[in-house]
Amino acid sequence: MKPVSFDYHAPASLEAAVALLQRYGGEAKVLAGGQSLMPLLNFRLSRPAALVDLGRIPGLAYIEEGDGQVRLGAMTRQRTIEFSPVVARRLPLLGEATKWVGHLPIRTRGTIGGSIAHADPSAEYPAVLTALGGAVVARGPKGERVVQAKDLFVTYLTTSLEPDEVLAEVRLPAMDPAAGFALEEFARRRGDFAIVAIAAMVVRDGARCAQARLATAGAGPVPVRLSAAEEILERDGLTDAAIAAAARRAAELVSPDSDLHASADYRRHLTEVLTRRALTRAIRGARV
Amino acid sequence: MSDPVTVRVTVNGVAHTGRCEPRKLLVDFLREDLGLTGTHVGCEHGVCGACTILFNGEAARSCIMLAVQADGAELLTIEGLMQDGRLHPLQEAFREHHGLQCGFCTPGMLLTALDLLRTNPSPTEDEIREGVSAVLCRCTGYHGIIKAVEAAAQKMR
Repeated sequence: MKPVSFDYHAPASLEAAVALLQRYGGEAKVLAGGQSLMPLLNFRLSRPAALVDLGRIPGLAYIEEGDGQVRLGAMTRQRTIEFSPVVARRLPLLGEATKWVGHLPIRTRGTIGGSIAHADPSAEYPAVLTALGGAVVARGPKGERVVQAKDLFVTYLTTSLEPDEVLAEVRLPAMDPAAGFALEEFARRRGDFAIVAIAAMVVRDGARCAQARLATAGAGPVPVRLSAAEEILERDGLTDAAIAAAARRAAELVSPDSDLHASADYRRHLTEVLTRRALTRAIRGARV
Repeated sequence: MSDPVTVRVTVNGVAHTGRCEPRKLLVDFLREDLGLTGTHVGCEHGVCGACTILFNGEAARSCIMLAVQADGAELLTIEGLMQDGRLHPLQEAFREHHGLQCGFCTPGMLLTALDLLRTNPSPTEDEIREGVSAVLCRCTGYHGIIKAVEAAAQKMR
């Protein structure tokens, strides 16, 4: 189908974008890369009065490292992240996750800010943001505020950002260079959204686990940080028994829904299996 | 109806200017306003890949872009793949290796493969499979397509 008729604005600054969002009082949608929004418009599932296109605002696409974190402009394309040496060096988990985002011609247009603001619970970037304990910078009428990953995702396709706020930047703590990582995903077809995916990072201290990070995609209405499973590894070390116990715990920590892609039980089963696989691979990749 | 917008694009090296509603999809602009019907409309929601073109040198799906987003951009469509009356090596390889049957997915398949080989000139078979998984073909079963991309990669290196 074709989208409904809408007003189109391509502001030249974030301030102007925010002013437009205020003017439309929740009836406008922000257009970033459009790879999620445009299908919704074509299906007429989304019928906004206006689109506010961020594509003409200069300076919203960058990857900068400093102060132990990497800051990515909201309009940084997924394809740019895929080939970024900064991401490869400082955020290899994000780099691995990017290869799972859609297909090549999706990633040339899709952006990190759009993917996170869209808050599809089966998407990879929200899981990485949650696993690494990142944050986003939201720009609104009263200026900027930083929203932590744990406070960002509310439910399916819904964030805690206000209708007149724009996600301007994504901040991720740089990974320990010795960390191991893995993103394990199950989907019916390559390029589909995950039925379940697990993002994992492990920092080793000999046989001990100095730090474990685990988060889900597809196992509920929002990405879930699996803190209680992380604690098992940090307490019991990196044995096969601890991995198995953490994976079992992971399955208890999620509350997936059934939909036409998979039942809740199946998603819970996948959470355990993929947590085990992700941890195993992350541990193997971690330098002692 | 909202106010029309002006769209200036360079398609296959030729500058065009058009006026359309903001909601006009880029693929419809190419086909209806510019008469370039080689780019096909399949699923119209970014799944099948038939409408893939090169947008400023990168593969993109023109059914999930607005024409107005392409204002100022350089596009390459299937009509621009031939050079000096000669088929592009990818087109030659698709013909040679039975990489098409009905031809519906072929424009998207070729332009996706073009970006794949630009960014990865020596792909493994797995990488080719992953790359062309962006486009759905219902005729040939992909084997010929993968062989064709492999052959074209060798010729283009």
